[in-house]
Amino acid sequence: MTAPVLAVDQLGISYRRRGRWLPAVLDVTLDLLPGEAVGVVGESGCGKSTLAMAALGYLPGNARVDGGDVRIEGRSLTAMSAEELRRLRGASVAAVYQNPGAALNPSITVGAQVAEVYRLHAGHSREQARDAAEEMLGRVRIPAPGGVLDRYPYQLSGGMQQRVVIAMALAGDPSLLILDEPTTALDATVQAEILDLFALLRDDFRAAMLFISHDLGVVQFVCDRVGVMYAGEMVEQGEATAVFERPRHPYTASLIDCIPDIDTRKGDTRLAAIPGIPPALGARPEGCAFAPRCPIARQECAASPPPLRDLGGGRHSRCLFPDETAARGGNRRPVDSAGGPAGAPVLNVQGVSLSYGHTRVLRDIGLTVRRAQTVALVGESGSGKTTLARAITGLATPESGSVALGDLVLRASAGRRSHHVRQRLQMVFQSPDGTLNPSHRVGGILGRAVRVLAGVNRRAARDRVGSLLDDVALERALAQRRPTQLSGGQRQRVAIARAFAGSPELVILDEPTSALDVSVQAAILDLLLALQQRDGVAYLFISHDLAVVRYLADRVAVMYLGEIVEEGPVEAVFGGHCHPYTEALIAAVPRPGGGQSRVRLAGHNPGPDARPAGCPFHTRCPYVHEACRRETPPWRTPREAHRIRCHLPLDEMPVSEGSRRAAGAQ
Amino acid sequence: MRWSEPLRRSPVLAVGIVMVVAWVATAALAPWIAPAAPTDMALTAINQGPSTAHWFGTDQYGRDILSRVLYGGRYVLAIAPAATVIGLFLGTVIGLTAAYFGRWVDEVIMRVLDAVMAFPIVVLALLALTTLGASTGNVILVIGLVFAPLIARTARAAALVEVRREYVQAARLRGESAAWILTMEVFPNVRGPLVVEGTIRLGYAVFTSATLGFLGLGVQPPAPDWGLMVSENRALLTSAPWTVLFPALAIAFVVVAFSLVADGLAARETA
Repeated sequence: MTAPVLAVDQLGISYRRRGRWLPAVLDVTLDLLPGEAVGVVGESGCGKSTLAMAALGYLPGNARVDGGDVRIEGRSLTAMSAEELRRLRGASVAAVYQNPGAALNPSITVGAQVAEVYRLHAGHSREQARDAAEEMLGRVRIPAPGGVLDRYPYQLSGGMQQRVVIAMALAGDPSLLILDEPTTALDATVQAEILDLFALLRDDFRAAMLFISHDLGVVQFVCDRVGVMYAGEMVEQGEATAVFERPRHPYTASLIDCIPDIDTRKGDTRLAAIPGIPPALGARPEGCAFAPRCPIARQECAASPPPLRDLGGGRHSRCLFPDETAARGGNRRPVDSAGGPAGAPVLNVQGVSLSYGHTRVLRDIGLTVRRAQTVALVGESGSGKTTLARAITGLATPESGSVALGDLVLRASAGRRSHHVRQRLQMVFQSPDGTLNPSHRVGGILGRAVRVLAGVNRRAARDRVGSLLDDVALERALAQRRPTQLSGGQRQRVAIARAFAGSPELVILDEPTSALDVSVQAAILDLLLALQQRDGVAYLFISHDLAVVRYLADRVAVMYLGEIVEEGPVEAVFGGHCHPYTEALIAAVPRPGGGQSRVRLAGHNPGPDARPAGCPFHTRCPYVHEACRRETPPWRTPREAHRIRCHLPLDEMPVSEGSRRAAGAQ
Repeated sequence: MRWSEPLRRSPVLAVGIVMVVAWVATAALAPWIAPAAPTDMALTAINQGPSTAHWFGTDQYGRDILSRVLYGGRYVLAIAPAATVIGLFLGTVIGLTAAYFGRWVDEVIMRVLDAVMAFPIVVLALLALTTLGASTGNVILVIGLVFAPLIARTARAAALVEVRREYVQAARLRGESAAWILTMEVFPNVRGPLVVEGTIRLGYAVFTSATLGFLGLGVQPPAPDWGLMVSENRALLTSAPWTVLFPALAIAFVVVAFSLVADGLAARETA
């Protein structure tokens, strides 16, 4: 048997907070064999990143190792001096983090930064190092690496920057590569490319990979084995596909069931949010840490912490009843009613164009949203989704075109719109940190919204704030808190309550869950659905997550460089003829074992200020032909209420992967 | 947390506060603790060095310098805070307005402020005071006015971050007026940097009022203003240095006190 590259042995780590030592990692055991890829998943605050830092010998000053050991290539990190650790981090271990922009020095060319690694660790001369850097950039699939060497990081896209960071990590020829959420900050299409790269690198390099992520789909795509962490413990471990197909710990099953995959529709099933939140540091319950949130918990679970049991075949679970764990989807509820049919149009956008300076960011946008309907707006960063939302709400002023609420054509600027319009049209913003004023209490924030939007007096407002908090499933006592005392999910619920203060007809949701944990996202999505069913409110839902869109939306509009390239019912867009760009977006959603037939885009998004002529997508389109470079493509209508802007005749148009999968399953 | 906790954590802040309190107390209690009235002349005892009878010595009219320094603190105590409050109010209104409306409003406001700030503060104050006439009220007003552009820059920089936040957009979607958004939503979140800026300005206000006194544009003789005292006695710098030294030290003491407090507050702001 080969010796493991990384051996974590009954590791315990505590952090000091206000003079007390609080355990963050408890009794974690994990081995990585040479060339193996192991994923670690779990909600925020479950100890994933602490484990990663421990494997780098990089714990912060307020942390201590309580017990156990971390060994890399058989050498114990706990026994090493600072100098030995430094040398180890250069030669044997390397790490790639979430934000490539922060990992690169903005004032040094990328070639020099990669070459530096060779000069430092391999003792190369200047010329040797430059050649080696060029070769390494090629190996991380950067096209024309010779030209990239002399560029500065800001001249590269986010995906290219991350490739450079990966090249730097691999330049020292490490035996262990630690990847801490390496694709979380990237667009879906770019994430898919980087994930493909990891799959390729596993054949090219000897490095074992420890892959930390909150995204189960990503982990399953890249890794052989996976460990699931909860409250600092490894609660389940095993072969990746087996763990996801047949979870043996209720936490794993719950995590899987809160993530919409590309096949989940709101008409069929509801996502199962995990009730409650993970215990805070130092607030671990006695017994099984997951018991308070567990669907199958019983008295024995609270008695004493369950041991990690070997279930055979490399499978371990920290549950007393691993065989009773719900199968995949077992926590989800079937839906009693799929919601009423969509009603009269609530929002009518016609011919809206908008420029920032000389850059046209919206071109001739037309869109309709009906009562009780959810229309999703998807596309990569820079496609103009948020700008369109701002134009509709009146926070940005379009140059031409009209926005109508029902039959009423609205004034361009929010300040000039009537009180009645403001009440009917509200918005929920992306960032849970900025959405609430940190200086006000929750009760004050909602109270003001109720008084202004619903036009009620102070006394009535108090009751209405209480019922709004009920509606978004928050305790009324939270009215006394300030936003900084709330979790991200709680803040986003307050923001939703604020938007609903005046019983709106249309709410624009700008990536309301993209900054939240998957378990919290599921709860918010189900809350939005419940409110829609009750009030008949329409949603314009902006998202880059196609799986969430597939789950929540009735219709989808796909935007590319400021224009809509496809619009239609979710079933049609995900399950029939579609725009080549839509095909690539859907293919970019990581799926178990879906590595063979994934469509990848050539090149990268040119951005709105370098919009190509003709069809704007022609520079990346795999189906490009002569006309695409010259002429604006026509609208094609494969069926009623489904339009695609493409030169391809319908019978040559791609068919989205969603339907291929469905056909395969039948 | 006990009230003394922040002071223990920041000795700089603690020392600064103690110095400010000492100045305020001596200025307020001057009539009771000063050995003589500030304008009492004793022509038999002029230009005497420090002694047990006159701790800080006497000036060319035989006035007790300790008494004059103690009373002089009262002018500063009246001028500096009042001027700073005027500057803070005007500067905050200007800065928040520029940040919120942006575009050409911001351009016009900031270019005008740049033009005003191109002149040295003292030159501006000189110009204004020679036009308006020298009086305590005018000194307060003029210092407040010349500080406003500086404070406006700080307010604008802090507000630029806040006005882009989603809570401001949410308020606009509710139809709140610009004045409401700026006072109720934005102002509470820029208070921190403004408090620090105000404290720094307090120190400068002391310095500026002393400068104006020195130039004869502030309080008029025989009032015991520190700047005026330095000016009146500067011919005696070599023969009777204490007549200049003690009022100058008093100015330095208060300026240093405020800058220590400002440093301490700024450190807490960024921590």
